[in-house]
Amino acid sequence: MIRLWLVAFASCASAPAVPVPVRPTPLSVQVSLPATGLSEAERTTHALNRLAFGPSGGDRQRIAAMGLEAWLSEQLTPGVDPAMDERLSGFKTLDLSVAEALREFPRPDQRLKAMGVDPGSPAGQEAARRLVKESPEELPRQLLIELTQAKLLRAATSKRQLEEVLVDFWFNHFNVSAEKNRVRWMVNAYEREAIRPHVFGRFRELLGATAKHPAMLWYLDNWMSVRDGFELPPAFRKSLGDDAGPPRALGLNENYARELLELHTVGVNAGYTQADVREAARALTGWGLELRQRQRDFARFEFHRLAHDDGPKRVFGLELPAGLGQDDGERLLDHLARHPATARHLATKLCQRLVSEQPPPALVDRVAATFLRTDGDLTATYLAVIESPEFWSPANVGTLTRTPLEFVVGAVRTVGTLDEVQRPLAAVLDQLGQPLYRCPPPTGYPEHGAHWISAGALVSRINFGLRLATGRIPGVEVALPPKDTPVDVLARDVLGRPASASTIATVERALRQDDDVDERRGPQVAKVVGLLLGSPEFQKQ
Amino acid sequence: MISRRRLLQSLAVFGAAPVFAEPPRAKKTLVVVFLRGGVDGLAMAPPMGDRDYAALRTTTRVKGLRLDDTFGLHPAMAALLPLYASKQLAVVHATGLPVSPRSHFEAQDFLESGTPGRRAAEGWLNRAGRDLPKSAFSMVAVQNTLPVSLAGDSSALAFPSLRDFRVLGGDAAATTFEALYESAVDEALRTSGHEAFDFLERAKHEGLADRPAQHGAQWPKTALARRLQDITRLIHADVGLSIAATEAGGFDTHLGQGAETGQLANRLKEVADALAAFAQDLGPRLADVTLLTMTEFGRTAKENGTRGTDHGTASASLVLGGGVAGGRVLTRWPGLAASALRDGRDLEPTTDLRAVMSECLDSVGIRTRDVFPDFAPVKLGLFG
Repeated sequence: MIRLWLVAFASCASAPAVPVPVRPTPLSVQVSLPATGLSEAERTTHALNRLAFGPSGGDRQRIAAMGLEAWLSEQLTPGVDPAMDERLSGFKTLDLSVAEALREFPRPDQRLKAMGVDPGSPAGQEAARRLVKESPEELPRQLLIELTQAKLLRAATSKRQLEEVLVDFWFNHFNVSAEKNRVRWMVNAYEREAIRPHVFGRFRELLGATAKHPAMLWYLDNWMSVRDGFELPPAFRKSLGDDAGPPRALGLNENYARELLELHTVGVNAGYTQADVREAARALTGWGLELRQRQRDFARFEFHRLAHDDGPKRVFGLELPAGLGQDDGERLLDHLARHPATARHLATKLCQRLVSEQPPPALVDRVAATFLRTDGDLTATYLAVIESPEFWSPANVGTLTRTPLEFVVGAVRTVGTLDEVQRPLAAVLDQLGQPLYRCPPPTGYPEHGAHWISAGALVSRINFGLRLATGRIPGVEVALPPKDTPVDVLARDVLGRPASASTIATVERALRQDDDVDERRGPQVAKVVGLLLGSPEFQKQ
Repeated sequence: MISRRRLLQSLAVFGAAPVFAEPPRAKKTLVVVFLRGGVDGLAMAPPMGDRDYAALRTTTRVKGLRLDDTFGLHPAMAALLPLYASKQLAVVHATGLPVSPRSHFEAQDFLESGTPGRRAAEGWLNRAGRDLPKSAFSMVAVQNTLPVSLAGDSSALAFPSLRDFRVLGGDAAATTFEALYESAVDEALRTSGHEAFDFLERAKHEGLADRPAQHGAQWPKTALARRLQDITRLIHADVGLSIAATEAGGFDTHLGQGAETGQLANRLKEVADALAAFAQDLGPRLADVTLLTMTEFGRTAKENGTRGTDHGTASASLVLGGGVAGGRVLTRWPGLAASALRDGRDLEPTTDLRAVMSECLDSVGIRTRDVFPDFAPVKLGLFG
């Protein structure tokens, strides 16, 4: 199939698309916070819980030194973080293009084929086993290992905490999964090129960058969506090998168009019909990829004019006259990015992530209005949330369930510092049901907390907290308070707010029981911290 | 507040029988084994009597143990022959979903959702478990994370093994966490905590993880066998297990698949030996159990250029249990002639796998209404 496309598109590719210029981030954003019933310390904890991956000693100190409003302003216009860049420079794969990743990290069987070895023969299988055993760091899985490590490092240690929260939010919004065959080689470039540069920019640019990225084109099949009746030049059919079977029917694939409407922009209840989905898919026919392996821009976005349906279309209120070519898709994205239903859909999701699972309708209305008024300026949209009284309302503090990622990284930031990400840390996210970059459905992970809470996941969270606090997660440098610290002080430090009386009583009772057994050990700080990390209160932020 | 744990401990001291507020227990259990990667049904149950089979396969052609005039069983699965002979095992062939993409992840999601062509918010087993008594034991997955088939609103528990599913730090830590979660403000946390500690206490009290094999079963030392043994422990312990799921992988045999021996043969032997030990261990309790194997798709009818097979459509499923009208290969065999193959390359699914799944649910007394939306199963008669 791939070969078939390769030859077909070699003949009909147009000039490469001009990259969309990224809007420069404003130099500074003034943040002024509303009056709130929260104390200074509570405000800091709340800001770090929602706009960062939980409180860390270092970030608490920075906020104390510079003031919360200045810190928020810095977070909205993050500058460079040389310390972070330095730490990431040790990774080999983070800067690879899709073409380089495919070339340098082939599957073992592809590597053998390139060496002239039949990977199906007994000798080939033995050679493949040797490759896996002797050079595991050259296998495709290395791409995902490094990307996962980098994500955890950034979440735990970057000064640009809000950027990391937003990259996580928007990646999840425009989800792609490394589990879908070739996406594994594309997911790193996707986050680096399509998501990260745009999280403080305009929504239209973010949307366009995802629409044209090979990871999305591949994940939601748009690369193979062509106008009905499109036929490959007969001369190329001959080149199909036996094992590829007879040529398959080609035509429209609605997968991306449907998710574009349902998930990425206007939302499932916006009132579009199946006919709109089909028309949107027609508008996006020919939005594909450079599939010639030898080309330098292999696997980059290409508009294939011959595969495009150039008839007139009508999509969800938008008229597209015949003959627009690639502009069909561009105008469709313009239309959707500025639609009031999109503003509402995005404002709701953003408020669910940052404020409350059931965000106050008045807040959603204001955030959506800001989005529309500023033509989808995302920084202005975040500011509308952060400056709202609802964000700082005591009623919304400590009410969101931490996702596994927020729990794991939050726990690490609470007890110490992350020196390096080793396997056990990444593995715990798999156990907790949030394998990074491998969420299969296009919906991404849900924004409601009940999804994450099950009996099995709780036991895993409890055990992770105990292992972490007792120094059994390699790569994490644990720095605990002095051993005579009272339980209520420890609880306030770990939870970021005073613990309930029953929690303190329960933990103290557990300590007394232990003292009966071994009086020399005194108050066991690590044990108390472990119990607190696994407590129901720490599962909330 | 006296926790159940402490109540249990004090009762144990006085030699009294433990008292539980028992939900009504399920008597019957459905066990679903998902074989991930796409099992080659034409190797697991080779259609030796199909005149086109030999021409399609060269290095991957299997000479099976005779099941009937058309089909054999892969010789690596010989351990299952006695169960076939005693009519407790049936093979369903040329089965799959009518819409089957060739991507693993989509095909698995569609099948585990029970909704061909789309992914549902809930898995088919979760929907099936809606009306089961609320208990930490009613739906269990013995694997690292909850599979899509069990995900959804009804609560289900996943753990990698009974032995490893515990709170570190021993009983004291567990007691503390139980008390912390009993007073949790958040309802989801309180409920899940209750289920978790309920399960852990029962598992510990009954020594579930250490229960020895029954009826002389010899369990092989494979991951699948360990998981299935944990499931038999739960069945023997009568803890109310209605639905259990587990999985095995390694069936994506694009390269060097092998025939009577080789890569696929090794995987199939693991499955067969584990299933045979499962039946042996259950002994008479097999009457209350149905076990179903499934896979996301079969493989291409024709061998590929690397001595393997590529992603196809229909495959074969095994159904094992006391109530099975077994000793047969149930199929509406479409044949392997070029004109009969889907897209000219795959075995056509002539039996909708949802009909098999429905009858398996039915066989353990679980209501199947609404489990498969927009689907009216035809009666296969798998259970006589």
